[in-house]
Amino acid sequence: MATQHSRTVARLMISPAVILLLLWMIVPLAMTLYFSFLRYNLLMPGMEEWAGFSNYRYFLTDPAFFTALRNTLVLVAGVLLITVIGGILLALLLDQPMWGQGIVRILVIAPFFVMPTVSALVWTNMFMNPVNGLFAHAAKALGLQPYDFLAQSPLLSITLIVAWQWLPFATLILLTALQSLDSEQMEAAAMDGAGPLSRFIYVTMPHLTRSVTVVILIQTIFLLSVFAEILVTTNGGPGTASTTLTYLVYVQSMLQFDVGGGAAGGIVAVILANIVAIFLMRMIGKNLQA
Amino acid sequence: MGRITLRNVAKRFGDVAVIPSINLEVEDGEFVVFVGPSGCGKSTLLRLIAGLEDVSGGVIEIDGVNATELPPARRGLAMVFQSYALYPHMSVRKNIAFPLKMAGMEPAEIARKVEAAAAVLNLTGYLDRRPGQLSGGQRQRVAIGRAIVREPAAFLFDEPLSNLDAALRVNMRLEISELHQTLKTTMIYVTHDQVEAMTMADKIVVLNLGRIEQVGSPLDLYRAPANLFVAGFIGSPKMNLIDGPEAARQGAATIGLRPEHIDLSGSAGIWRGTVGIAEHLGSDTFLRVQVEGIGMITVRAGGDTDLRHGDAVWLTPQPGRMHRFDADGKAMA
Repeated sequence: MATQHSRTVARLMISPAVILLLLWMIVPLAMTLYFSFLRYNLLMPGMEEWAGFSNYRYFLTDPAFFTALRNTLVLVAGVLLITVIGGILLALLLDQPMWGQGIVRILVIAPFFVMPTVSALVWTNMFMNPVNGLFAHAAKALGLQPYDFLAQSPLLSITLIVAWQWLPFATLILLTALQSLDSEQMEAAAMDGAGPLSRFIYVTMPHLTRSVTVVILIQTIFLLSVFAEILVTTNGGPGTASTTLTYLVYVQSMLQFDVGGGAAGGIVAVILANIVAIFLMRMIGKNLQA
Repeated sequence: MGRITLRNVAKRFGDVAVIPSINLEVEDGEFVVFVGPSGCGKSTLLRLIAGLEDVSGGVIEIDGVNATELPPARRGLAMVFQSYALYPHMSVRKNIAFPLKMAGMEPAEIARKVEAAAAVLNLTGYLDRRPGQLSGGQRQRVAIGRAIVREPAAFLFDEPLSNLDAALRVNMRLEISELHQTLKTTMIYVTHDQVEAMTMADKIVVLNLGRIEQVGSPLDLYRAPANLFVAGFIGSPKMNLIDGPEAARQGAATIGLRPEHIDLSGSAGIWRGTVGIAEHLGSDTFLRVQVEGIGMITVRAGGDTDLRHGDAVWLTPQPGRMHRFDADGKAMA
């Protein structure tokens, strides 16, 4: 019985949980916001003073800022492109009946279980290293000059490493979506004269849109904060060629000991994430409605 | 045109022969019903004709052309699935138009044909809805609409009414029968419901364990079942099958008597028994009578029969209406 009285009691009862969650979110955000307006340098402890918007001015006029912004967006977009297209193709392949299906599926999922630091190290040292890497060996075997991935195209290399990690996630989600496709629909389409390509376009893809949307939204959240792969491989370099916003915040606060500037960068990153989120929801959010 | 011939068609899944070997002739314009208990291979047989399964042996001819190796789309057949298999993201209009679009037809021509099909099936008001917004019967009609726009050589129905409630099922049964009268196209219809088979078919094919038990018109099968299986499967309530000394007296291993071919009397007759359960349907009364030395016998009596549980009755089989079967279950002349 939902009387006025019982509703009031219900609100009272759930308030501890709601308040806890609110504090959980609001306290770190409020402190970051507070620090971003302070001149707060770890080399001069105890000398914090009100700085107004100067932290923001310095961060936004930093020549590395726009490079970092562009790198962040390129990295996210690149990884999304590779994982979504690759994920659909891999899912289609894994959905075919074949011998050793279980083992193959586990192998495909395996990269997702490797820690980012480890996988980045494995890629830099064992694959992309211009002297000892497998790619260098392959190039030499073909009589070509080995390519120094991390020096020549650092952002592309990091994109590849991150895409390798996230491909299993996309594949897994899309594979389960494919398996939930009614086989009679495919048969009906076959009877209706649709060839394999038409069946993919008119039956499979519409069925997958919702899962693709989920993959894009979830991956975007995690990709905006990619950090370990950059720290382990290029340290944001050469120059600022592979510095993302997350990495720039780290440089500001931990390498230059400027907590105030780092906090300002963090707030800028939060705003960017929200802008990206709004764009994404505008573009593909309607796919999530039933 | 829609003349379908099966010659020695077989289907095996691994070591299991679902259909050992079937020969069947479906004439142009015929309404043929495949009926049998679940697992008898009737759906598999339909899918073989549709081309959704590969045959393990034998030949399928459609209009005299060998279609055994043809892909489903090139056989000129249309199928209505049990789950309807509508495309959930397309409107009703696009669903019906899909096969025409795949055939590369002009948009204007497609629109005209879709409107015509919608008019036949009373779907005109629903063309811009999605399948998810339709009732079961409407979805069924959309599935049929998608089939008829292609003007196929034959329609294949795979238990199309089993997801509908009882009242709607009777309605759709009539609609499909009317559609057949209008289009005069060959239809092959799979069902496990012998009432659907009896009411709709020109020709019934009774299947059991992947073999054809008997082929014939509904009344042929009803009047002269070729064996025990058909005798027990066709007809509702079931034919009474009696074995033992009573059958031996008639020179058969088993005798069969339909419930309506037994006369009922309160005073005299051949068999004496007591009424177990009386089902009063209004028009008819079905009595389950426990007969001494024989067992349970179902008898059809008039609607105004006033017999109750425990009443004593006398039963007399009508002369010449008895079916006799030998030890192998085959009908004896």
